[in-house]
Amino acid sequence: MKYVAPSSVEEATSLLSSSPSAQVFAGATDVVPQMRAGRPAPEVLVDLKKIEELVAVANDGDKWTVGAATPTANLTEDPAFSEEFPGLAEAAGLIGSDQIQNRSSLGGNLCNGSPAADSVPAMVVNGARAVVAGPNGTRVLDVAEVVTGPGQTSLAADEFIVEFEIDRIPARTGDAYLRMIPRTEMDIAVVGAGARITLAEDGSIEHAALALAAVAPTVVRVPDAEAALVGNTADDETLSAVADAASEACDPIDDKRGTVAYRKQVAGVLAKRAVLIAIERAQQRNGTN
Amino acid sequence: MAITEENPGYKWVGTRPIRPDGLEKVTGKAQFGADLMLPGMLFGKVVRSPHAHARIISIDTTAAEAMVGVKAVITGSDFPDLAANGAHPSEIDVANNTIAREKVLYEGHVVAAVAATTREQAEAAAKAVEVTYEILPHVLTVDEAMADDAPLLHEGMITKGVDPAPEEASNVASKILHERGDLDQGFGEADVVVEREFTTKPVHQGYIEPHAAVADANSDGRAHIWCSSQGHFQMRAYSASVLGISPGMLKVTAAEIGGGFGGKTVIYLEPLAVRLSQRAGRPVKLVMDRDEVFRATGPTSGTRIKVKMGVAKDGKITAAEVWMAYEAGAYAGSPVGAAGMTAIACYDIPNFVVEGYDVVCNKPRVAAYRAPGAPMAAFAVESVLDELARDIGMDPIDIRLANAAVEGTQASYGPKFPRIGFVETLEAIKDHPNYTADLGPNQGRGIAAGFWFNAGMMSSATVHINENGTATVVTGSPDIGGSRQSMALMAAEELGIPYESIKAVVADTETVGFNDVTGGSRVTLATGAAVVDACRLIIEDLRARAAKTWDVELDQVEWVDGQAQHVEGAQPPLSMKDLAAKSGRTGGPISANASLNSRGVGAGFSTQLCDVEVDPETGVTRVVRYLTAQDAGRAISPDYVEGQMQGGVVQGIGWALSEEYIHDSDGVMENPGFLDYRIPVASDLPMIDCAIVEVPNPAHPYGVRGVGEVGIVPPMAAVGNAINDALDVRMTDLPMSPVKVLEALNEQRD
Amino acid sequence: MARTHVTTVVNGDETEFLTDDSTSLLNALRDEVGLTGAKEGCGTGDCGACSVMVDDKVTCACLVFAPEVDGSTILTVEGLADSGELHPLQQCFLEGAALQCGICTPGFLISAKALLDKNPDPTETEIRYALAGNLCRCTGYDKIIRAVQEAAREMRDQ
Ligand SMILES: Cc1cc2nc3c(=O)[nH]c(=O)nc-3n(C[C@H](O)[C@H](O)[C@H](O)COP(=O)(O)OP(=O)(O)OC[C@H]3O[C@@H](n4cnc5c(N)ncnc54)[C@H](O)[C@@H]3O)c2cc1C
Ligand code: FES
Ligand code: FES
Repeated sequence: MKYVAPSSVEEATSLLSSSPSAQVFAGATDVVPQMRAGRPAPEVLVDLKKIEELVAVANDGDKWTVGAATPTANLTEDPAFSEEFPGLAEAAGLIGSDQIQNRSSLGGNLCNGSPAADSVPAMVVNGARAVVAGPNGTRVLDVAEVVTGPGQTSLAADEFIVEFEIDRIPARTGDAYLRMIPRTEMDIAVVGAGARITLAEDGSIEHAALALAAVAPTVVRVPDAEAALVGNTADDETLSAVADAASEACDPIDDKRGTVAYRKQVAGVLAKRAVLIAIERAQQRNGTN
Repeated sequence: MAITEENPGYKWVGTRPIRPDGLEKVTGKAQFGADLMLPGMLFGKVVRSPHAHARIISIDTTAAEAMVGVKAVITGSDFPDLAANGAHPSEIDVANNTIAREKVLYEGHVVAAVAATTREQAEAAAKAVEVTYEILPHVLTVDEAMADDAPLLHEGMITKGVDPAPEEASNVASKILHERGDLDQGFGEADVVVEREFTTKPVHQGYIEPHAAVADANSDGRAHIWCSSQGHFQMRAYSASVLGISPGMLKVTAAEIGGGFGGKTVIYLEPLAVRLSQRAGRPVKLVMDRDEVFRATGPTSGTRIKVKMGVAKDGKITAAEVWMAYEAGAYAGSPVGAAGMTAIACYDIPNFVVEGYDVVCNKPRVAAYRAPGAPMAAFAVESVLDELARDIGMDPIDIRLANAAVEGTQASYGPKFPRIGFVETLEAIKDHPNYTADLGPNQGRGIAAGFWFNAGMMSSATVHINENGTATVVTGSPDIGGSRQSMALMAAEELGIPYESIKAVVADTETVGFNDVTGGSRVTLATGAAVVDACRLIIEDLRARAAKTWDVELDQVEWVDGQAQHVEGAQPPLSMKDLAAKSGRTGGPISANASLNSRGVGAGFSTQLCDVEVDPETGVTRVVRYLTAQDAGRAISPDYVEGQMQGGVVQGIGWALSEEYIHDSDGVMENPGFLDYRIPVASDLPMIDCAIVEVPNPAHPYGVRGVGEVGIVPPMAAVGNAINDALDVRMTDLPMSPVKVLEALNEQRD
Repeated sequence: MARTHVTTVVNGDETEFLTDDSTSLLNALRDEVGLTGAKEGCGTGDCGACSVMVDDKVTCACLVFAPEVDGSTILTVEGLADSGELHPLQQCFLEGAALQCGICTPGFLISAKALLDKNPDPTETEIRYALAGNLCRCTGYDKIIRAVQEAAREMRDQ
């Protein structure tokens, strides 16, 4: 295995095009454990962290851009970003320990393709887009379109994500992410729920987005719950409709981390709780940014 | 600290100085098993079975041997066939567990090993060893293993302890039985009877340091092994047996050991490293990966336990019936024997039957884990006792007080207890503010108690007085949690010189007399007693030298405060320093050895109080407050006594809530890493409050009982009882994971 | 295959070593540089025994490929003491009996330093979460948390 650290996006894409078994990496917090578990090492390992735009967090007034290889600690320690997207910042901050946080990236969390990736539901409800570079330039796609199944993405072998774009959060909008793990840290989500709520002037719900992790082969949106919320307030009836819809949207498996029945039930619980937190945050954000 | 008997004016015993090996450990200098590098050293790698049960048809090592950098490849046929040599069955099992001969009995069982110039080459070569297997049907649990038509691991295994001996072979290695009184009569006298069945999964000791060994073999057959173990004399004995050589051919040096908890009292790598080194003619280092540690070492048994107990309205237990089956893993030897002896040992029960089975199955061979066997039995018994107390409306401490074993009680396993401190631990809990602290919503409080024998066994110590009057205390007991400090404290107390002028060290197998393993909570007790004996010999010697110097009778000299004094003050005292300086003129170097087989064992008891909070919607349980009271006999080194208490409790909390071996249907472990084998992390826990109870062991010079193990016995029941107190659900299957707690709550709601 | 030449500053000293590209920083430090203070407890980021600082950020050395640190500054437990004078964390771990077997200690010291660099006055809960990536099987964490609290207090008072 050969290690290379290109300093530009172009250099990286040409490296990927020229060696078919090359693989990009950022923090290697998924790559190394997978190699230790016996996954064959690529011939060329392309370190994305020496490319400037891949490790930058910026706000141009309309949107945030987050370099795909940026250590998640940089994101959670960015006060403006965390203030605007507390749910996404918390989700990113849940990945591993402080040691992991200084390495793990949103690009890696997404492209590793784990259904349990914590930052993905939070990116999805915030409408994040991935800017993908390839031999023919860049293209932009919704984060929700990147992962197609466990460990699988829609990216070509010579493509990689340069950065994520997230539009500035509108007024009266809040996001939240909750996950269930048996311990308090250092665990992979048994169920995760991300929510984003925009309130109308009158306090009713204008927009709702809900996405679940670890309950299906990929992160899933819950349109029925979103529909149940829009136009309503978080009364008991609405919340129980949200919980039911969330449980219903699950297509989980029994595995070492949890059972089908457990995941369905707790998806409902976390969906409800995440929605309530998002609403509370939306209420606090009455003005514009 | 709850002290029941006054400290008789000790100057050093019971203090909290800095430990002798501390500096090396906070600066990164301490050499653990994997840290040693020798010139020309090769890296080894072990080849393991991917199957739970299979016959080895062939092993082809030619490809591996031909690879770049590869210096040696070994298989089972490179070791003597102990069965053919008529060795003891237990020795044969150790050898076959170290490297398989005909069959592999669990996923991870060693089939071959390689040594090469670099790690990468060794790993590649290990992958290139071609093993052909005939896969056999496997059994993973006691239920499967005890089923009528179960496939057998050992074709000739006839259950021991059954009269008459069964004619058919089975997976049941042995049966144990303890009985007293008349069960029917006992249950007849009960006002309330509770009967429950419990299951527990195998759990691993979880030491953070993987097993590691370095061997350097000479062409004359001798070899030097460095390894992190709980007993380098045992490693020498087992390795010699597996290699078919005399123990004297091996020298074993104890590296610093990164945790063991019982799991490093057995061999895995040492003989393989020696054989590889012999074949390659160079030193070889073998270090396990974490997944190998999980797949092939430890753990302790998974179990099924049934308990039926009856109490009268006054809280007196009238009868107890306990049935238990313990997984042994691949070879006979689960801790069911100790489980049977400890299960109800806290209590004075007139009528009981305790019956147990040692059952082999296709999982790694179990190894000792802190109070081996006792915690699972206590989970069952203490849960049932909690339920009985609720049913008769009695306080959980009071019901235990009403039945507690005291001095003179005939222990359920036979002997009469000498002075013990169980009652004192119960009272310490009752007197603590935690016992009456307010509980919030969804919170509950649980109590449980536990017993452990503690061990004595053989120890040796040497004490040298240096030329300036300082001392070196040499033992052969690997220090796993601060025992060098206890040795130095007792030596300081005896010799009357400052703790700081004593250096306590652990010597290799050629430098100090035999020591049994660091296990059974025995080191401070037994090795400590040997140190005390050696110090007393030194003092005798020093008195004689002073008498000679003064030209007086020996009985005119006493040893006080680290100096020889004339009983009538007729001579100016001679300090240790004076005597050491003059040693050349008074008989030569001052040094003494002591060896003993300790019989002064003092039983240990622990009572624990746990507060939990359960999320009724997700089933997640968090421990919010914890108190442990334990009878230490005498806390020589209170810092490290508390450390043992806290460490044991937290391992127990992990066992209670999140730890378990998960195997797929092929018998392959699914969670061989810390991410999914969930040991508690710092954020899972509150502070662990300690009440050290000191009821001195009358048979030890300082009253020591041994503190390393009993702390892990009560936590599972304490947590389970607390969950029950919070939400009225009785958990009977470990771990009490969110999935199971929520299931139980759902059932309750239905 | 030719090995890669890596130039770093380790514990204040310019240090060069040769390594295979697939070798972890942890193994390079242990086998090539001869610093065995950082330990491998898992090799997969789960235990923190290998914690070191790379450019002032705490990381698991087992998850870093050795060539990545070319041009970086590394701090290991061996570099914590200043010319023989112990770091307050080391002193408090010693005095507070915050270690039993000590295999986890190097990792805890580095993580705790990283925490106190960022947050000189952490709450107990903050300490517990900041150290959640470091496993200790011996102590139950109690005395480790207290030692970090004590060191933080001393460092604030200095
Ligand atoms: C101890 C531990 C705890 C963990 N806890 C959590 C947790 O709580 N929650 C959680 O979600 N995850 C967790 N993880 C998993 C992992 O840390 C995260 O998925 C992390 O975000 C991965 O980021 P990375 O930069 O390290 O990815 P890498 O390992 O570098 O890469 C992961 C995958 O993504 C690909 N990739 C990386 N960057 C790009 C890119 N820009 N474009 C295209 N492909 C790319 C790589 O080729 C690789 O296949 C944990 C891991 C460990 C070791
Ligand atoms: S060895 Fe690196 S985290 Fe365990
Ligand atoms: S002191 Fe042994 S693992 Fe922490």
